[in-house]
Amino acid sequence: MQELTITRHNELIDPMLHIWSWQIPVYLFLGGLAAGIMIISGWFVLQGQYKKNVFSCFYLPHISLVLLSGGMTALFLDLEHKLYVWRLYTTFQVTSPMSWGSWILLMIYPALWLNTLIRIPERFQGRIPFFDRLSAELNRRPVLIKNIGILNMLLGTLLGMYTGVLLSSLGARPLWNSAMLWMLFLVSGLSAAAAFVHLITDDQYERELLAKADNGFLTLELFVFGGFLTGLLTSSRVHIEAARLLLDGPFAPVFWVLVIGMGILLPLTIQLLAVNHKVKHTALAPLLVLAGGLTLRFVIVYAGQFSHWS
Amino acid sequence: MSSFSRRKFLKISAATVTVAAGAAACAKGPATPAKPPRRTAKGVQRIPTYCDICFWKCGAIASVRDGALWKVEGNPEDPLSRGRLCPRGTGGVGAHYDPDRLKRPLIRTHDRGRDEWKEVSWDEAFAYIANKMHAIKATYGPESVAMFAHGIGGNFLKHTLKAYGTPNFAAPSFAQCRGPRDVGFRLTFGEDVGSPERTDIKNARCLVLIGSHLGENMHNSQVQEFAEAVGSGATIIVADPRFSVAASKAKHYLPIKPGTDLALLLAWMHVIVTEGLYDKEYVAAHGFGFDQFAERLATCTPEWAYPETGIEPETIRATAREMARHKPSTLVHPGRHAAWYGDDTQRSRAIALLNALLGSWGRKGGFYTPVSMDVPGYPYPAYPKPAKPMVDNPGKRYPFAHEAISTGIREATITGNPYPIKGWFVYATNLIQALPNEPETIKAIQNLDLLVVVDVIPSEIAGWADVVLPESVYLERFDDLNVEWFREPFVALRQPVVDAPHDQKPNWWMAKKLAETLGLGHYYPWKDIEEYLDHRMTAAGLSLAELRTRGIIRGAPQPIFADEGAPVVFGTPSGKIEFYSLQLEKAGFDPVPMYTRPTDPPPGSFRLLFGRSPVHSFSRTQTNRVLSDMMDENEVWINADMARRMDLKSGDYVCLKNQDQVVSNRIRVKATERIRPDCVYMVHGFGHTARGLRHAYQKGASDSQLVTRYVTDPLMGGTGMNVNFVTIEPEVTRG
Amino acid sequence: MVIDTVRCVGCMDCVVACKTENQVPEGFNRDWIAYDVTGTFPTLHMEIRSERCNHCDSPPCVYCCPTGASHVHDVGGVVLVDADKCIGCKGCIAACPYGARFIHPDGYADKCTFCIHRVEQGLDPACVAVCPTRCMHFGDLDDPNSAVSTLLASRNHHVLMPEAGTKPRIFYLT
Repeated sequence: MQELTITRHNELIDPMLHIWSWQIPVYLFLGGLAAGIMIISGWFVLQGQYKKNVFSCFYLPHISLVLLSGGMTALFLDLEHKLYVWRLYTTFQVTSPMSWGSWILLMIYPALWLNTLIRIPERFQGRIPFFDRLSAELNRRPVLIKNIGILNMLLGTLLGMYTGVLLSSLGARPLWNSAMLWMLFLVSGLSAAAAFVHLITDDQYERELLAKADNGFLTLELFVFGGFLTGLLTSSRVHIEAARLLLDGPFAPVFWVLVIGMGILLPLTIQLLAVNHKVKHTALAPLLVLAGGLTLRFVIVYAGQFSHWS
Repeated sequence: MSSFSRRKFLKISAATVTVAAGAAACAKGPATPAKPPRRTAKGVQRIPTYCDICFWKCGAIASVRDGALWKVEGNPEDPLSRGRLCPRGTGGVGAHYDPDRLKRPLIRTHDRGRDEWKEVSWDEAFAYIANKMHAIKATYGPESVAMFAHGIGGNFLKHTLKAYGTPNFAAPSFAQCRGPRDVGFRLTFGEDVGSPERTDIKNARCLVLIGSHLGENMHNSQVQEFAEAVGSGATIIVADPRFSVAASKAKHYLPIKPGTDLALLLAWMHVIVTEGLYDKEYVAAHGFGFDQFAERLATCTPEWAYPETGIEPETIRATAREMARHKPSTLVHPGRHAAWYGDDTQRSRAIALLNALLGSWGRKGGFYTPVSMDVPGYPYPAYPKPAKPMVDNPGKRYPFAHEAISTGIREATITGNPYPIKGWFVYATNLIQALPNEPETIKAIQNLDLLVVVDVIPSEIAGWADVVLPESVYLERFDDLNVEWFREPFVALRQPVVDAPHDQKPNWWMAKKLAETLGLGHYYPWKDIEEYLDHRMTAAGLSLAELRTRGIIRGAPQPIFADEGAPVVFGTPSGKIEFYSLQLEKAGFDPVPMYTRPTDPPPGSFRLLFGRSPVHSFSRTQTNRVLSDMMDENEVWINADMARRMDLKSGDYVCLKNQDQVVSNRIRVKATERIRPDCVYMVHGFGHTARGLRHAYQKGASDSQLVTRYVTDPLMGGTGMNVNFVTIEPEVTRG
Repeated sequence: MVIDTVRCVGCMDCVVACKTENQVPEGFNRDWIAYDVTGTFPTLHMEIRSERCNHCDSPPCVYCCPTGASHVHDVGGVVLVDADKCIGCKGCIAACPYGARFIHPDGYADKCTFCIHRVEQGLDPACVAVCPTRCMHFGDLDDPNSAVSTLLASRNHHVLMPEAGTKPRIFYLT
């Protein structure tokens, strides 16, 4: 029988860690979504889809910019010493995934901007002559366009990965201590992005393609979850306890019902039926995927803060 | 708002820390603006003084940075603290910055206890008091004014009241606390244990703590020596219903049933005597009545003690032998708060006798003979001789009380016998929480024509006063010299470090002004306290200037142990250690202590035990923001098993109801393995009901409120308070 | 730092001294006491520990800091926070397995500094200097003759959560 009494009563860490609330899960979701969208739009660029009048090429980079800015605003709101935020950019700390992330985020903006220049939508043409000129120049150099596509895919991947790496480097929180976490966030981000495009596009071909892609991502996500949980369950006592938080602990109902059930299994089933033309494509499945992705981030962040060593 | 809590702490090497000047921040009253800090020089000044958070008076050095009080540390030259203060002393800055402090003199505007006041000038306050005192003198005589005081700051007020003509002065620490212990030792060795206790803990090879929770009880020098003993591998034996901090250091922990300590002590003595393990030479040389004493022990076998105490016979034997093995450097600690069951003098006498058997009195590792510096008092005119005797112990009802019995004064105030008491002066003691059975105290107060309370915070007793006089805290004032009886002679000075932020005044100033208002100014021939201090220091051949710089002046070390040449004198009738006390026998009491079984708690209830926290001092520190940050409410300790059975867990809130249906404020549960199932424990000093104590109001519960029953010790009038039983009730939130 | 849990009585003097020396805001702790009880009444064992930032040799809080605000001081390997660089992201708080850090009301991460301002003047940290049981020792672990080194060589000791891989530099004598 152990009875441990400590006299510390610091806000944010006692009786359990609660440093991050909605701002971080919201950023993780929007960041993951933007990452997925960058990968998808970059892929389309590489495939030369920009030559067609495809929705993905037109607006995805713009939407990414908005989503990412929204996410970063949430991140900024979370800071306790906001006036010093510029300090992120006076140094580069090689051991800090957060430092990597802050620079990656910085580089993403020009990458996205360049992406928007490949095919300026009609309604924006003529607004900023400089952009039109740049766009024309780019279109004369297919190699550059291809590189922009690669850059977007690359940075999107890094964006989707680094948050998982960041959390998993915080060894004091056993739930996050998994080598699979970056993969989970990346796949979840891709799945959310695919669902998002599936949701807003009005192009039949795109819808079918992305629904299939989403099914692939959702299936992969299930396997990644399996790996993530197995890894924890075969690790030390604190890691097992951390995994149990999700499996049969206080977070189990939200995890099983909202994240796995309604966030993955149900939309996967619906979309499989849809791509096999058994049911019509509706907004339901992609919305469930998006909601599930957001809920996943909340669960990981909150349950992670709940998990502890001693 | 605490002026030091929001502070920008930038770089480590930064020299400037901006301070919202304590003076300005605390000024929440109208009219008089706060005075600027006395020392506005840049940089850090270190000013020595001595602490007043408790009564130990540790030498301290306060640091003032850029004119504001920064921190307080120990004075390395001080024999009491040896350069390290206890947590209360270290947190002393919080007393200066306490936003709930009394600021200006107050006179009540409504019925007593309604807590409605008007702020007045000092002259007005003294005029009011003097008028009432004249009236009392005229109608009843000056003897009808009594004073309750705690601490050195009461000296000058006592002087004024002695000049006024009363003989009635009491410190609650006698009848409510250490009195039984001192009387028990007096009856055996002819001398008090003293304060600081004359215990040589650091050299003890075996230390026995029976009912002492040293380590949570934070008497600085005692705890420092306790750590020395523990660190040097001394054997620690602890008997306590609770697994205290001391118990966790013990080689033998005896989870004794509350109220049965005397049985254990008698059984120990039985083993030591029957097995011939006592210091025969010492006893033969210094003992009186040993044979009759040994006879009386015959039936007190460990087997007899076992069902009473719950301690197994073999454990009793083993620990007794262990004690004897280390004699004479075995110290059975006399404890401090000894007023438990009403037979406490006899129990303390048993502790004294056990020490006597082991030969520790006057010897290393036992009890030393304290010494003090020779500093003459101030030559005052003679006091008037009171026409009536002291009121607290009429006809020497309690024959062995050698100090005034505070509850005796209270009783006289209620009954008017042997003569009425119509005026109370209360200095630095919260009688509402200090005296048992609060309703009696209030009843007494209602009979008064005058109640004057001098305090630093608006305590419960201040709430009942007619006049409240706000004292400056120790860091803001001079006080009398501390000439301590201790291991070595020294004299210590208390002097101001910072200014008082409002209209608070030191006790010496109040006492002098009151005397002058009463027409007794000739008892204060000095014009200010520095003149007084200088006179005394010069008379002792010492320099006040030097004392002001160093804070402490030490004398040459003197022998304190018998084998060093210290005189070991037994001030008893026989001139020896009285194993058998004829004077007790003659007075109709047991000449050798005898055990009475305590009443068990009724089924479903628990005996209420209380004690101390190392971060608080009585009920006077709960609004000190530094110390309340350490602990801002008390908890009720309940045995983990019992808690489980009652479906309670740590963090739940309950109320306690005692046998007289008094219900406490809500208090948090601590379900712990560290206590017996038949009792509960809480730290004293919480559950404040005084609204002025905003930061402490209704935090935790008050143990003293639940002490409505007490048993008076027939030998000296001590009030045994561990005789209340409580049940655990669902929490009731009070408005 | 070497702390003798046998002598420690858990009086919290170290906590109060730190509070006044460093003006730690009300409601926050740079150091604290842990009462670690095992067993069943009356056969109990209690270890009392004064805990704080362990100024680890492998500090996860420094590794994760994106601005370099959390850094290792060039004197004594003390881990410090440069408030002017801290953005208050709280990553360090999540990274620390000991719960040693908190966010100061002014917005930056704060914790025990081993009273480096005192150490650089040749004084002990405030907690060590005040301890009435004299159970706390501070000094150079690289000097085999220092008090801390001698104590570690002659007494049983442990650190907190060695499995966390942080290489803490506060040792508890048992």
